[in-house]
Amino acid sequence: MQAEAALGRVGLWLLVMVLSVVMAATAADSGMAAHATIIGIIAFVMVWVTAARFDPLGKTQGFFKMPEGPSRYDDDPIRWGVLATMMWALVGLLAGVFIASQLAFPQLNIEPYFNFGRVRPLHTSAVIFAFGGNILIASSFYVVQRTCRAQLAFPALARFVFWGYQLFIVLAASGYLFGVTQSREYAEPEWYVDLWLTIVWVAYLIVFVGTLARRTEPHIYVANWFYLSFIITIAMLHIVNNLAVPVAWNGSLSFSAFAGVQDALTQWWYGHNAVAFFLTVPFLAMMYYFVPKQAERPVYSYRLSIIHFWSLIFLYIWAGPHHLHYTALPDWAQTLGMVFSVILWMPSWGGMINGLMTLNGAWDKVRTDPIIRMMVMAMAFYGMATFEGPMLSIKAVNSLSHYTDWTVGHVHSGALGWNGLISFAAVYFLVPRLWKRERMYSLRMINWHFWLATLGIVFYAASMWVAGITQGLMWREYGPDGYLVNSFAETVAALHELYIIRALGGVMYLSGAIIMGYNVWMTISGKLREEKPMGAMPAYDPEKDRPIAGSASPEPAE
Amino acid sequence: MSLYDQLRHFADSYGLVALLILFLGLCLWVFRPGAKQQNQEAARSIFKDEETGERQDGK
Repeated sequence: MQAEAALGRVGLWLLVMVLSVVMAATAADSGMAAHATIIGIIAFVMVWVTAARFDPLGKTQGFFKMPEGPSRYDDDPIRWGVLATMMWALVGLLAGVFIASQLAFPQLNIEPYFNFGRVRPLHTSAVIFAFGGNILIASSFYVVQRTCRAQLAFPALARFVFWGYQLFIVLAASGYLFGVTQSREYAEPEWYVDLWLTIVWVAYLIVFVGTLARRTEPHIYVANWFYLSFIITIAMLHIVNNLAVPVAWNGSLSFSAFAGVQDALTQWWYGHNAVAFFLTVPFLAMMYYFVPKQAERPVYSYRLSIIHFWSLIFLYIWAGPHHLHYTALPDWAQTLGMVFSVILWMPSWGGMINGLMTLNGAWDKVRTDPIIRMMVMAMAFYGMATFEGPMLSIKAVNSLSHYTDWTVGHVHSGALGWNGLISFAAVYFLVPRLWKRERMYSLRMINWHFWLATLGIVFYAASMWVAGITQGLMWREYGPDGYLVNSFAETVAALHELYIIRALGGVMYLSGAIIMGYNVWMTISGKLREEKPMGAMPAYDPEKDRPIAGSASPEPAE
Repeated sequence: MSLYDQLRHFADSYGLVALLILFLGLCLWVFRPGAKQQNQEAARSIFKDEETGERQDGK
C-alpha cells in the first residue's frame, strides 16, 4: 500500500473513532452510547490494523486482499461469508436452545439483559439475518460469478458489503440485549441501524447487478433471477417498513411513520414478505443451482422454474394480511390475504417437484451422498411448510391456531427443515471447492448431522403441533355457564412437558451443527478422515447364490 | 372522490387487469416456439465450468 493511501485510511478511521467518542459522550440514552462505543472500538482496532498493514513493498496480504487477476473468480468474500455463516449458525441456534429452555424453566430468565423478551429477537435475527443472510450473500456471490462466467464486479464494494453486513448484525444483536428496539417483528433494529443496512444493501445490489452486466454467458441463469428479486424486494420492504421519525439525532428512540391498523398491516406486509423474499425466494435460488450441481444433472424443467419464479413474484406480495385475521383490518383485506396464501400452494409445490424431480435417474445418490440426502429432506420440508402455511392462513383454521405454538412449529419446520438444511448442504458443497480440498473431511459426519437435524425437527414440530392445538382448544373452551373454563396460567402449565421436548429437539439440531462446525474446521485445515464409503453394496459372492442342496425331496409332515 | 378512492378504483380495475395480463404473458412466454432449445441450453449452462477457479476460454 502507498504511504499516502495508508496515512489517509488511518486518518479516516481516526476520524470515525473521534466522532463515535463524541457521540458516546453526548448520546441521549445508554443504548445509543453503547452502540457508539462499539463503533469506536472497531475504528480503534482498524487504525492499528491499517497502520500495521502499511507495507512499503506494496504486497497487500490479509483481509482486504483483492483478486489476483481477471482470470480468477473472486472467492475471498465468499470464504469469509461461509465462515461467518458457520459461526452465526452456532450463535443463533444456541440462543434458540436458550430461550426454548427459558420457556420450560422460567428461572433461566436472567434479568435484565438475558430475559426472554430480549433474547428472542436476538435468536430470530441471528438465525434469519446473520446465518441466513450470510449464506445468501456468500452463495449469491458464488453463483453469480459461476453462472455469468465473470469475476465479481467492484471487489472493494463487495468487501464493504461483507464487513458492513457484519457490523449491522453486531449492532442489531447488541442493541436487543441493551433494550434498543422498535418492536417491529423481524425489523427490531432502530432507525440508525436501518439506515446503515440500507447503505450496505444498495452496495450489495450494485455488486450483484454489476456482475450480471459483466457476464460472458448470453443467458442469465434462473438462480440469479431469484437472487436479484430477493435483493430488490428486501430493499423496498426494508425502507417502507422502517419509515420512522427519530426523537433526537443523538438518541436511539424513534416512532413509526404509520399508526393503528395501517402500521400493523405495514409490519405484516413486511413480515410475511421477509418470509417470502428472504427465507424462500433466495433459498430457491440455492436450490436451483446447488441441487443440479450436486446431482450432476440439469434441473428437471427449466420452463417450470421460470413459471415458479413469476408466480411467486406476483402472488407472494399479497399474502401478508393472513397474519391479521380477526383484527381491526377490514374483512376484505383479510380474505384477500387468505385467498392469495391458498393460491400460493400451487407454485410452491411446482417448485418443490421441480427440485425433487431433478434427481430422476439419480435417486441412488440419496443412499450414497449425504449432501443430496440433506437437499432432498430440505425440499421435502419446503413442501410440507408450503402446504401447512396455506392451511393455517384459512380463517377457520387460523381461529384455532393463531397466537398458539402451532405457528411456532410451522415456522420452525420451514426454517430448520427448509432454510437450515439447504444452507448446510450449500456449505458442504462450497467448503471443499473454496478451499481446494478433494472432499469434506468426513461424509459420515454429514450423515450424523443429517439425522440429528431431521430427528430434532421431528421432535420440535410434533411437540409444537400438540402444544398449539392444546392451547387453542383450552383457550376457546366454554363451560355450561358461559364462562371460559381455563385461566391463561393453566394453559401455560399444560404445555410444560411439550416445551421440554421442544428444547430437546433444539439441542439435537444444535449438536448436528456443532458436528458440522468440526467437520468444516478439519476440512479447511486440510485433513481427510479415512472411513468406509457410504451406502456401499456388499460384495457379490456367487458361491452363496444357490439353493441349499440338503434333502432332494420335501419330507412329508408327520 | 378522495385520492385514496381514486387509487383504489384504479388498483381494482386497470391495475388488476394489467398485472394479470403481464403475469399470464410472462408465463406463456416460455412456451413460445423455439424456447425449448434455449431452455435446455440454459439448464445445462451451469455444467460448462468445473470449479477450477479459472475460465475455460483462457481469457
